[in-house]
Amino acid sequence: MTLGLANSTHAKVDGVDDIRILKLLSVEEAAITYLHPYWTLTQCEGGWVGTQSEGGIAISDVRDPAVLAPGNVIRLRSGASVVTVLWRRGARTNTLFATERCNSLCLMCSQPPRVVDDDWRVAEMLDIIPLVDKAEAHLGITGGEPTLLGDGLTKVLDACRRELPETKLHVLTNGRNFRMPNDAANWIAAGGQMTTWAVPLYADVPDIHDEVVVAPGAFDETLDGLYELARNGARVELRVVLHALTVPRLRQLSAFIYRRLPFVDHVALMGLEPMGFAKGNRDRLWIDPADYVDVLSDAVAFLANRSVNVSLYNLPLCVLPRHLWPFARQSISEWKNNFPQTCGPCVVKAHCAGFFASAGPAWRSRNIQTISLGDFTHAMA
Amino acid sequence: MFRSTWLSLTNDSVLVSNDLGEYAILPSQVTEALTAGRLSSDHPRYRDLLAKGFVNRPERGGQGLERSVAHTRKASAWQGPSLHIFVVTLRCDHACAYCQVSRASLAATGKDMSIEHANLAVERVFESPSQSLTIEFQGGEPALRFDLIRHIIETVETRNRTEGRSINFSMVSTLHQLGEAELEFCRDHSIHISTSIDGPPAVHNAQRHNPSKDAWERTTRQLDYARSIVGHQGVVAMPTITRTALAMPKEIVDTYVDLGFASIFLRPISPYGFALKTRKAIGYDMEAYIAFYAEALDYILALNAAGVEIVESYSAILLRHIFTPFGSNYVDLRSPAGAGLGVLVYNYDGQVYPADEARMAAETGDARFALGTVNDTLDQLLGSGTMRWLATGAVAETLPGCSDCAFVPFCGADPVYHATAQGDPIGNRATSEFCQKHTGLFKILFEHIGRADPDTLRTFQAWAFQRPRQDIHLTGFAEA
Repeated sequence: MTLGLANSTHAKVDGVDDIRILKLLSVEEAAITYLHPYWTLTQCEGGWVGTQSEGGIAISDVRDPAVLAPGNVIRLRSGASVVTVLWRRGARTNTLFATERCNSLCLMCSQPPRVVDDDWRVAEMLDIIPLVDKAEAHLGITGGEPTLLGDGLTKVLDACRRELPETKLHVLTNGRNFRMPNDAANWIAAGGQMTTWAVPLYADVPDIHDEVVVAPGAFDETLDGLYELARNGARVELRVVLHALTVPRLRQLSAFIYRRLPFVDHVALMGLEPMGFAKGNRDRLWIDPADYVDVLSDAVAFLANRSVNVSLYNLPLCVLPRHLWPFARQSISEWKNNFPQTCGPCVVKAHCAGFFASAGPAWRSRNIQTISLGDFTHAMA
Repeated sequence: MFRSTWLSLTNDSVLVSNDLGEYAILPSQVTEALTAGRLSSDHPRYRDLLAKGFVNRPERGGQGLERSVAHTRKASAWQGPSLHIFVVTLRCDHACAYCQVSRASLAATGKDMSIEHANLAVERVFESPSQSLTIEFQGGEPALRFDLIRHIIETVETRNRTEGRSINFSMVSTLHQLGEAELEFCRDHSIHISTSIDGPPAVHNAQRHNPSKDAWERTTRQLDYARSIVGHQGVVAMPTITRTALAMPKEIVDTYVDLGFASIFLRPISPYGFALKTRKAIGYDMEAYIAFYAEALDYILALNAAGVEIVESYSAILLRHIFTPFGSNYVDLRSPAGAGLGVLVYNYDGQVYPADEARMAAETGDARFALGTVNDTLDQLLGSGTMRWLATGAVAETLPGCSDCAFVPFCGADPVYHATAQGDPIGNRATSEFCQKHTGLFKILFEHIGRADPDTLRTFQAWAFQRPRQDIHLTGFAEA
């Protein structure tokens, strides 16, 4: 089993009052950084150390030293031995976690929401953003539902634009709160041209969408939100999670997207992540991808023929017919991505999305197989 | 609100459509239930019809999106005239059987556009708010006044350095008068050339008379020569379908394939501009044309399925109207009509007309169609009494016979045709050849869509979305 780096490790942490957000620097970088020493730790023999004048913070005895690398932004808490990586240099995906709260309760949510007061996350994000490398290509903002932060989201987006003007932002939102024109206009203006708003749409009709997100009226609110996004010239991605409730109308949904939402920049059709609520709802959600590739092929063809940019996420290549491979992306974050032992000799493994580490045998397609060079010569013959 | 029209498919199918441009092909009893408002929500088609807006849900979300879809489909109406036709001369080197009034003999005088009128027409072109402009040269044979074409293009290009519009040039020509210098000018200024080839040599020569009686030989020789300078794709052609041609759809299509054309536009003979006597000799009922078209289209679809890519251009236009949520860029089939709003014709004599057919009608003595002259501003031309009169028949959705037709979201209005053929811009669809033609063609296309043959759907999508056929993925479902 190969698994990407974890997002945290244990270590001996000294000198921290309360909570600190810090950037790890190599010795060379520390010598030339523009950051104030308050915000940095420098690599040293056996760990990381800050300047004495800023409290003498030190990390030593790191259990998994590979988790902590120069450039990373971390969180330390006083009295806790956990070092949490909030932003990792060189990772395929980095995301800011906006809030645990959500106004939907999706059956397959991998990050179940909680009713908590976590407005402190705005301040934390405002601390993290200036510590992110200016060269960062993409930064995600996720939750929960980020728009529940209200003006807090505007502040975060403003900070991103100010501190990271070259970075593309990707915000996951259910779009419902964008139905309010003034709020929508504020968020969209703050996000600017570098921001893509990724909105889930699970059906072309209200009852199915609302059933999936467990929120009556959500379909109507999302459509009205999408209208405001379009009207304000926002870049919009639509996301469809593929499962037993969404697959039956996937063809019709692709037609609805092209006809009613022709302004969308990207459509992502996504395999299910067996985490959070999805685990408890397996009976309602599970459909073997082998049983929906025909529907998926039709939906992809419908959109691609109309020059709509379409991608497949979270689906291993071996379950997809060859003609869908050009649409498949390596979409799973490294830290939750893995390949079972059987994938070892597979010749397309290096191009494959692989699996969620959380996906046990009950979540694996019957079509999972090792692809050999012979399969190619056979297919090409 | 929706409209319905019967289709001739194996089961009792009905096409329903609405103002969002959505459509569905349904068994008649489903349409009846839908009309009566008693389609059960657990009917297998209920959700399809709900999503497409056939089932009204007053509290529904996305009404802003619906308004903007409807708005987008009609956006061309207020973009201003985009097609500007310059009739630089009425003189022509050909004397074709179906073209008696929109030509004059080579030696005729007073049939060329003056340089002053040309300059004034260029002023009118730039008064249009349209960001994209097409300037088309017609005749007669416009190449007889290539000097004037050259002057107009150079004037337009100079002016456009400050205007910054997107401008296309095109020319309708027999090709016979185009020498090396003219073709190099066409190449250097990206002038798209459109010519007429009526079919196999015997048909072409019988219909298109040139002084040396070798129209086919010279046209095809000139075609090769023109392609050698402007490039293979730089010349398109279309046949005029006469009564002779009706019997030979395959031969006509094969001629285009053999000549290496990527498209063919199967145009029926124009009802304008030739004497009734001629019409009896070469004309035909629209019903005969529809039968011809169905056969020709089947043959073209079979060719495409076998790997010979050739587009039937008119189907491609209609399919774009059916398959895309966008407005039409085709000025001759839209609602509000393109006449005046989308097209202006600057005639050789300085008169300005709302359509090519309008200036032909004028040549036969029907004086109702001039919007004014090139001395008038665009505002004056579009505010003219003639425009107000034509506007009474310009919105298809409001016309008797159109307002309840399921094809209307994909069709258009032609007030000029109805005024010439039936006396007034509104006209009577029951006896209108415009209506017979379009309902006939839409039926053919929707019946193909309803049958959903994968090869046909692949060809249709390639045409509608203007992509090579091999780039189109096969789909196992039709959007119906």
